[in-house]
Amino acid sequence: MSAEFAGGQVIIELLYLVASVLFILSLKWMSSPTTARHGIWAGEVGMVLAIVGTLLRKGLHDYHLIAIALVLGAIIGVPLGRVAMTAVPQRTALSHAFGALCVTLVGSAEFYLRAPAISRFMMSVLSVEVILGGLTVTGSLMAAGKLQEILPQRPLTYKGQNLVNFLLLAVALVIAVTLVLHPERQSLFPFMVLLALVFGVLLIIPIGGADMPTVISLLNGYAGLSASAMGFVLDSKLLIIAGALDGSSGLILSIIMSKAMNRSFTNVLFGAFGQVQTSAVAGEVKPVRSATPEEAAAILSGANRVIIVPGYGMAVAQAQHKVRELYDGLTKRGVDVKFAIHPVAGRMPGHMNVLLAEADIPYDRLVEMDEINGDFPQTDVALVIGANDVTNPAARSDTSSPIYGMPILDVDKAHTVMVIKRSMNPGFAGIDNPLYYLDNTLMLFGDAKAFVGNIVRELGGVHS
Amino acid sequence: MNSSSNLIDALFIFVLAGFIGFEVIRRVSPLLHTPLMSLTNALDAIAVVGAIVLVGEHKSQLAAIFGFIAVVAATSNIVGGFLITDRMLKMFKSSRPATKQ
Repeated sequence: MSAEFAGGQVIIELLYLVASVLFILSLKWMSSPTTARHGIWAGEVGMVLAIVGTLLRKGLHDYHLIAIALVLGAIIGVPLGRVAMTAVPQRTALSHAFGALCVTLVGSAEFYLRAPAISRFMMSVLSVEVILGGLTVTGSLMAAGKLQEILPQRPLTYKGQNLVNFLLLAVALVIAVTLVLHPERQSLFPFMVLLALVFGVLLIIPIGGADMPTVISLLNGYAGLSASAMGFVLDSKLLIIAGALDGSSGLILSIIMSKAMNRSFTNVLFGAFGQVQTSAVAGEVKPVRSATPEEAAAILSGANRVIIVPGYGMAVAQAQHKVRELYDGLTKRGVDVKFAIHPVAGRMPGHMNVLLAEADIPYDRLVEMDEINGDFPQTDVALVIGANDVTNPAARSDTSSPIYGMPILDVDKAHTVMVIKRSMNPGFAGIDNPLYYLDNTLMLFGDAKAFVGNIVRELGGVHS
Repeated sequence: MNSSSNLIDALFIFVLAGFIGFEVIRRVSPLLHTPLMSLTNALDAIAVVGAIVLVGEHKSQLAAIFGFIAVVAATSNIVGGFLITDRMLKMFKSSRPATKQ
């Protein structure tokens, strides 16, 4: 940066500084729903300042092409901002892919512009940027495909899978080191990117739907770290900061998610999640008690305190609006209704909260696991809608259970437990749930949306 | 630009920003984890600035093409990310009488 540019350069850097502060404030205001919308405003202003600052830079001349790209991006972005709330997990995965694609492409272009005159440190960071970016692109696309059910949701595993993945990554790293030492070997670069892309695919192949909250958070973290690495390459403090914020956000969320599934963080980091639990479900048929919508409605209307436990099944059945009607119906009768939210319920962090908020359920009725677990013993009815593993008492007691040690919602301590479920088929992970065979459990067999609708109708009938 | 003092500066910034990130995000209510993720996604698309420079400088055909795709991808994240975060946050209402169906 020569002195003649200093004046303009200072203004641009100051704009970047303001943008960085606004980004931090933006995240700070997300701490509470009452201030969160200021956060968007701060983020938007910061973004505009940063883009304006960049357009002011000397040396840019092809503004025409920039304008076309910005408009095209906006045209694609609008529908992505308007997807249905139930499609938010796959939209999020897709946007991780887009973010990482940007980083990988910029990193690759910078390599070809600079090589072979590229310092060792710069080449190292650039390798981190494109390897992390590349694996995030394909990994996120795979995750989005699984969530959209374009790809099979079941985890695909084969023998030596971890070894294959490890070798692939190792080869990519060897190429990276070679490039650091001999940046003139430019023909190696595409292979490094290619290996990262293939690695991303293989990393997500063994992941099942229940692990998606952790995986999406982790990919979020990778996308952030690769953007930060890009900041080092471009000597952009703003990018380093934004990438570090995004990276730490993704990593914190993955830590929270992995704790909520009782997996160690290293276990998550090295992608060793998603092993298929092939616990053979014994053929013996244990007796369960079931109930009709009329019976369920009668029990619910006689209750004082009800806790509803939503899970991915509620999202799949799109039952959240019917659940709101049930909430309204019970609240009108003076029943105290709360919702118990397990951190990994659904397919991404906070998934249930968004769906229930969409259905106009006040957020102060949505209670986190640690806060609500003490309430179950004083609760008349715990109504489980499409949640399975997060309510499985085997996690507390059965050391042989694959989910032993996972923190769960203690629904079994409620006076009556009602579980809406399609059939007695074991859930996604194939783990049997002893909750269903308890004396105080009533199984409500049927589609979540239809069954809740029937309960609501019965409640209305009793009322009028 | 590649002097070691600049690199050390960059590392300082990275580490400190990481700390701020941890402290700020730790305080985000779990209620808002989904909008948090879409917001950080939009903010992360600040990578667009690097892509804009590539396109604007047009130093090589390859750089311009890669930059162009990168600007499109990042801009769609900015626009889509802010839009959906705003939509989600609008839905979070406190316990007052429900207003609409």
